[in-house]
Amino acid sequence: MLASLLRILTLIRKELLVILKDPKSRASLVVPPILQCLIFGYAATYDLNSVPYVLVDQDRSTASIALVAKLEGSGLFQRQGTFTQTEQAAPLLDAGRVMVIVVIGPRFERDLQAGAPAPVQVIADGRNSNTSGIAQGYASSIISDFAAARQAETGAKGAAVKVSTRAWFNPQLETRWSMVPSLIGTITMMMTMMLTAMSVAREREEGTFDQLLVAPFTPTEIMIGKAVPSMIVGITQASAILLVALFWFRIPFAGSVLTLYAGLALFLAAAIGFGLFLSSLAGNMQQAMILCFVFLMPFMLLSGLVSPTDNMPTALQYLTMINPLTYAIRITRTVYLEGGQFAELLPDMLALVVIAAVTMPIAAWMFKHRLN
Amino acid sequence: MEDRPLTLVARDLRKTFRRDTGEAVEALAGISLEVRKGALTALVGPDGAGKTTLLRLASGLVAPDSGSLEVVGLDVSAEPQAVQDRIGYMPQRFGLYEDLSVQENLDLYADLHGVTGARRAEIYPRLFEMTQLGRFKQRPAGKLSGGMKQKLGLACTLVRAPELLLLDEPTVGVDPLSRRELWEIVFKLIREDGLSVLVATSYLDEAERCAHAVLMHAGKILAEGPPAEITAKAEGCCFLVKGPQGLPARSLQARLFALPGIVDAVPEAGRVRVVRQPGQLDTALEIAGLSLDTEPVEPRFEDAFMMLFDSVAEERARVSHGTIVAGGSGPHGETVVEVHDLVRMFGDFTAVDHVSFSVRRGEVYGLLGPNGAGKSTTFRMLCGLLPATGGTLKVAGADLLRAGAKARARLGYVAQKFSLYGQLTVDENLEFFASAYGLRGSGKKDRIRALKNDFALENLSDLPSGQLPGGFKQRLALAAALLHEPDILFLDEATSGADPIARRQFWGRITALSEQGVTVIVTTHFMDEAEYCDRIIILDAGKNLAEGTPLEIRQQAAMSDETAPSMEEAFIAIVERERLKRTEKAA
Amino acid sequence: MTERADQTGGLAASLRRVRALIRKETRQLLRDISSITIGIVMPVTLLILFGYGINLDVKNVPVAVLMEDNSAEARGVAAAFDLSPYFSTRAVHTMNEAERMLMAADVRAIVRIPTDFARSIDLGAAEVQLIINGADANTARISLGYAQGAVGTWAAKEAARTGNAANCGIVIEPRLWFNEANDSSYFLVPGLIVLVMTLIGALLTALVMAREWERGTFEALFVTPVRSSEILLGKTVPYFLLGLVGLALCVVGSKLLFGVPLRGSLVILTVVSMLYLLVALGLGLVISSATKSQFVASQMTVLLTFLPAMMLSGFMYDPRSMPFAVQVITYVFPARYFVTLLQTLFLSGNNWSVILPNAAVLAGMAIALLTLAARLTRKRIA
Repeated sequence: MLASLLRILTLIRKELLVILKDPKSRASLVVPPILQCLIFGYAATYDLNSVPYVLVDQDRSTASIALVAKLEGSGLFQRQGTFTQTEQAAPLLDAGRVMVIVVIGPRFERDLQAGAPAPVQVIADGRNSNTSGIAQGYASSIISDFAAARQAETGAKGAAVKVSTRAWFNPQLETRWSMVPSLIGTITMMMTMMLTAMSVAREREEGTFDQLLVAPFTPTEIMIGKAVPSMIVGITQASAILLVALFWFRIPFAGSVLTLYAGLALFLAAAIGFGLFLSSLAGNMQQAMILCFVFLMPFMLLSGLVSPTDNMPTALQYLTMINPLTYAIRITRTVYLEGGQFAELLPDMLALVVIAAVTMPIAAWMFKHRLN
Repeated sequence: MEDRPLTLVARDLRKTFRRDTGEAVEALAGISLEVRKGALTALVGPDGAGKTTLLRLASGLVAPDSGSLEVVGLDVSAEPQAVQDRIGYMPQRFGLYEDLSVQENLDLYADLHGVTGARRAEIYPRLFEMTQLGRFKQRPAGKLSGGMKQKLGLACTLVRAPELLLLDEPTVGVDPLSRRELWEIVFKLIREDGLSVLVATSYLDEAERCAHAVLMHAGKILAEGPPAEITAKAEGCCFLVKGPQGLPARSLQARLFALPGIVDAVPEAGRVRVVRQPGQLDTALEIAGLSLDTEPVEPRFEDAFMMLFDSVAEERARVSHGTIVAGGSGPHGETVVEVHDLVRMFGDFTAVDHVSFSVRRGEVYGLLGPNGAGKSTTFRMLCGLLPATGGTLKVAGADLLRAGAKARARLGYVAQKFSLYGQLTVDENLEFFASAYGLRGSGKKDRIRALKNDFALENLSDLPSGQLPGGFKQRLALAAALLHEPDILFLDEATSGADPIARRQFWGRITALSEQGVTVIVTTHFMDEAEYCDRIIILDAGKNLAEGTPLEIRQQAAMSDETAPSMEEAFIAIVERERLKRTEKAA
Repeated sequence: MTERADQTGGLAASLRRVRALIRKETRQLLRDISSITIGIVMPVTLLILFGYGINLDVKNVPVAVLMEDNSAEARGVAAAFDLSPYFSTRAVHTMNEAERMLMAADVRAIVRIPTDFARSIDLGAAEVQLIINGADANTARISLGYAQGAVGTWAAKEAARTGNAANCGIVIEPRLWFNEANDSSYFLVPGLIVLVMTLIGALLTALVMAREWERGTFEALFVTPVRSSEILLGKTVPYFLLGLVGLALCVVGSKLLFGVPLRGSLVILTVVSMLYLLVALGLGLVISSATKSQFVASQMTVLLTFLPAMMLSGFMYDPRSMPFAVQVITYVFPARYFVTLLQTLFLSGNNWSVILPNAAVLAGMAIALLTLAARLTRKRIA
C-alpha cells in the first residue's frame, strides 16, 4: 500500500515536471485560460450600449419631435439618418449600418390628440434576432414611457400598469456576470481534458508508455498518476479565472469558496475521467485532439452556457444529464452569484461523483485491455 | 577511378547548429571533398561526425555557413531546385506515407520525377524485381517490415536514374538479407548504368566495398582513399587470440580491449580478434599473468578504421572489469527464462509460431532473425507488454502479464526506439526510474551517482535527454534500465544506428553485467554482435530455425567447401535454406 | 538536356506533379478516420445541436405568482401570466414562500401583485412587481420582456373593456425584418458554416501539414523536382473540396431540417465560402509552417481561429454589444466578415453593399495569407 502510494507520487512528480518544466508549456497552461476568460467575458454579452438607428418621420409634428428627443435623450439611440419613406431607410438596415428603423406614421400627432391609436413602427434587423430583440425592447420601453408621461400630462386616466423589476444576484442583468463564473468550468474542462488525453497519447507515440508498463506500476497507478497532475493544473487554472472574475471584472462573490472548490474538484475528476477514457481510445496525438474536439463541442453547447438546458428537446436533455459541464455551470453560478450552500447543491455534486465513478473505472479497464 | 569526372566538389564547407540550450555545435569544420562520377563513395565515421549534414547540404536542404559546394556542376546554394531536379536523395528516415500502399508511394515519386508512360512501364518491373516488392504492391507502407520499407524508399529514389544518388544510412535497422539485397540493387546500377553514389554508413563492411572511402570525425576529414589503401594501414597489427578454457570470448575481449596498446578487440568464433598499436607489437599479450596464443591475420577495413580513430579519440570510455578470469562469467545452471511452445497470432497471421527456448542465469542470449521474423513480438510477450495466444512463458518464475508489479521489478527493458522522457534532463529521468523501482533516499542517490559515473554522463546531468547525442541517449536508456539492478535485461535492437565505437562500449558493459550474474537477452541486426552471445536462436516467419552457440551456428551453416563462414554468411545461409525448403514444400 | 527540361520545367510537368500530390493527399484524407470525423461527422452533429439544442427563445419559464390583492383586476393580471406560453405559473401565498422557491431555483421569477393594485389603477399608478433571478442574465432579460408584454396586453384589453379606449395612446408595432418568425435557428445555423469551415480549413490543414514535418516525410519529397508552391497546392485542394462538402451539408441540412431560407444566390454563397475557405487554409498553412509540431499547431489554431470564429464573429454574440476595443479586435479575424456575409445572404438577399466590401476583405486576406504560407514553406530542413 505504502509502496504503491510512493510509486503514484513518483508518477505525479514526473508528470508535473514534464508539464511545467518547459517555460513555453508552462505559459500555455496559464495564458490561454486567462485570455479565453477575457475574450469570452467581453465578447459574450447581449448588453447594448449604443443602438444606431434611422428615423422615418412622416409626421414631422411637435409630438413626433418630442418622441424622437425622448428616444435620443436616453443616450442609447444614435440617429444615422432621417428620411420620409421606409424604402429610403431600408438600404441602411440591409447594409448592417443601423440596427433599427423607427417609423412614425403621418397622422401621429393628430391620432394622439384624437385619442386614436397612434402607431409607431420599430423595425429591427432579424439577422441576429437576439440583439435586435433587445434593441426593440429598449425602443418600446422608451416609447411606452413617453406615452405614459403624455397621458399624465393630459390628465387622462387609463389602465397604464407599470412593471417594476428587481433582479436578484445580478441587479443590472449583465450577461458578463452570468458568463464569467460559468467559464471557470468551461475553460478548465477544455484544458484538462485535452491535457490528459494528449499526455497519454504522447507517451504512446514516444514509447514511454511501454516503459511505464514494464516498470512495477499497475494500470490503476498509472491512471492516478495521470489524473492527479491534471487535477492540480485544473484547480490552478480555475483559480486564475476566479481571480480574473473577482479583480478584473469585479463581479462580487456571494458564496463560500470551500463549496466552490469542492464542486470544482468533483467536476475535474469527472472531466479527467472523460479525458482518460478518450486517451484510451486514441492511437496517436492527432486522434486524441480530434476526439477531444468531438466531445467538447457538444459538452459546451449542451451545458447551459449559451442557452438554458430546460428549453432543449427531451432527447438532448438526457444528454445534458451525463454532461459534467452542466453540473459545473450550475454549481459555479449558484455558489458565485447566489451564494448557494453545499446542501442545496448536493444533487449536482452527487451527479458528478457518479460520472467520475463510471468513467474512471472504464478508463482503467481500457488501459489494461488496450494491451491486447 | 582518378580519371573520372567529378560530380560533387566541396571547398572548405562549414556549418554550425545551435542547440535549444544555446550551445553551438560545429557539424562541419571546413570540409573539402571531391566525389567522382560512376562510382560508390562512402562516408564513414562515428555519430556526430557530420555525415548527415554533408548530405543535406549536398541536397540543398540546408545552407552552409561558408564555403562552396558544387553538385552535378551546379552551385547548390544558388540553384538548389536545379540540383534537386537532377539528384536522388534517400534520407536516414525515408518518410514513406504509411497509409498509402507500396504502389501508391512509388506512383507518387514517379509522378513527381516526371516518369510516365513508356518509361514507367520500363522501370517498374525492374524496380519490383530488384526489390522483390512485387507481391506487396497493395500493402500499406506502414505495414511493411523495416527492411522492406528501406527497399521501397530506395525504389522511390530510383524511379528515375539520378545523376547523383545520396544515401544516408540506408541499411540501419535492416536485417542482413535485406541489406545484401539492397546493396545488390545499388551495385547493379553502378555497374550497368554508371550511377554515381555517395553513401553515409556505419556498417564498415559496406564501406569496404566502395571505390573511395572518406573517414570523417568531428566535422573534418580524417583520411580518404580506396578502402584497400586504408586497410593496409593495419597490416601486421591484427591477430586472433585464444583465451583460457571456460572463459567466454566476450570476457576475454573485454579484458583485452582494456589493455594499453590495444586498438580494438572483438570476439570472433570463440576467439578474439585484436588490433594492436604498431609500436606495441613486440610485447607479449597477457592477462592476469597468463600469456595468450596469438595468430596473425589479414587486416579488414574495420581494423584500420579503429586504428585511425584510436589516434584522435579524446575519450575512450573503457569499462572497468573485475579481476575474475575463468568461471566468473557464463551460464550458472538455474533457468530464469523459459519459453515453451509460444504462439502469437494477429488475426490470421502467425507472428510467433511454436517457439521454445530457455535461458540460464548469467547467460547472454541472442534473438536473431530477418525483419518481421517475430523477434520484437516475442520480446514484447516476454516483457508482459503483449499477451501470448498460446504456449507458456516464464520470466524469473512468473508470467509477467499476469504477475504483479513485484515480478516486473526484477527486469530491465531497453526498447528499440529511445523511449525516455525527452523533455526531462538526464538526472530527472534517472530519478524517476529509480523511484519507480522503489529506490529511496541515499541508496537512490548513490546508485544514480554510480551509474552516471559508469556511463560517463556526469557532465550532461542537466541536459534534456531528448537533446543528447545518439550514443549518449542509448547509454542513458541502458543506465535507466540498470538502476534497480535487474536480474534480467531485455535489449531490443539497442545498438541499431550506433557507430562501431559506441557499440564496443555498449558490449563492454553487457559483458560486465553478465559477469555479475545478470541474464541478458538481446536482439540485433549486427551479426558480429552475435559473437558476444553465449547462445543464439535464429527465427524466421515466427519459427525457430536454429539454436546454439555462435560456433555451432557457424558449423551448421558450413558448406561443403572448407572456408568457415562468417556469422553473417552463416545467418543468411540458414535463413535462405529454410526459406527454400518452405517454398519447395508449398510447391 | 531538352528532355530534362521537359521533365521538370514547364506547365505540363508542374500540373502532373500537382495532380500526383492531390491524389496522394486525397487518399490519405479518405483513409484517415479523423479527417472524415471532422469533415462529415462534426458538421452533422453541430447542425443538429445548433438546430435543436441551442434555443435562445425562452418558453415555459417557471414563475411564482403571489397575489396580495384579490380584486378582479389582480386576477386578470395573474391569468395573463397563466395564459402566456412564455410562463408556467405556480401560485404562492406568502413572500417568504416565494423567495424560498426562487432561492432553491424552483422558479426563475416572482410576480407580485401588491395589495393596493386595483385601487392604484384608478389613480394611474398601478404596479406589478417582478423579482427575477439574474444569475442567467440572458434568460432573465428575455423573460422580463415577456412579462412586460403580458401585463401590457392585459392593460390594453382592460382599457378596451372599460371603454377607456379614447386614451389608448401610442401603439408600438414591432417588426423583425429578415426573420419574421424570430427563430434563433435562422441565424445560428448559417453561422454554423463558419465553424465547420474553420475546423476543416484551419485545424485539419494545420494538423496534416505539421504531421508531415513531424514524421519527416518532407525530407525525401523536397529533393525531387517538386516546387514548394506545388506542395502547397497539393495540400490545399483536397481540404478545399472537403470544406465544400461541409458547406453543402450545412446548406442542405439547414434548409431541409430547419427550413432556414436562403434568400441570396447560391452561387454568391459558394463564392464567398470559397474565399473564406482559402483564408482558413492559409491560416492553417502559416501556423503549421511556423510551428512544425502537431501539438503546438493545434493549440494555436484553436486559439487563433476557432475561438474567434465562435465568439468574435457575430455568430453568437453581436460585436455591436462589445466594448469598443473588442469591437476593433473582431475586425482582425476573417470570421467576422464571413459571418456578416452569411447572415446577409441567408436572411436578407443579394445585398451588394454588404457583399462587395466584406468579400473584398476576405479576398485580400486570402491573398496575403497564402503568399505568406508560400514564403514560409521553403524546401529547407530546420
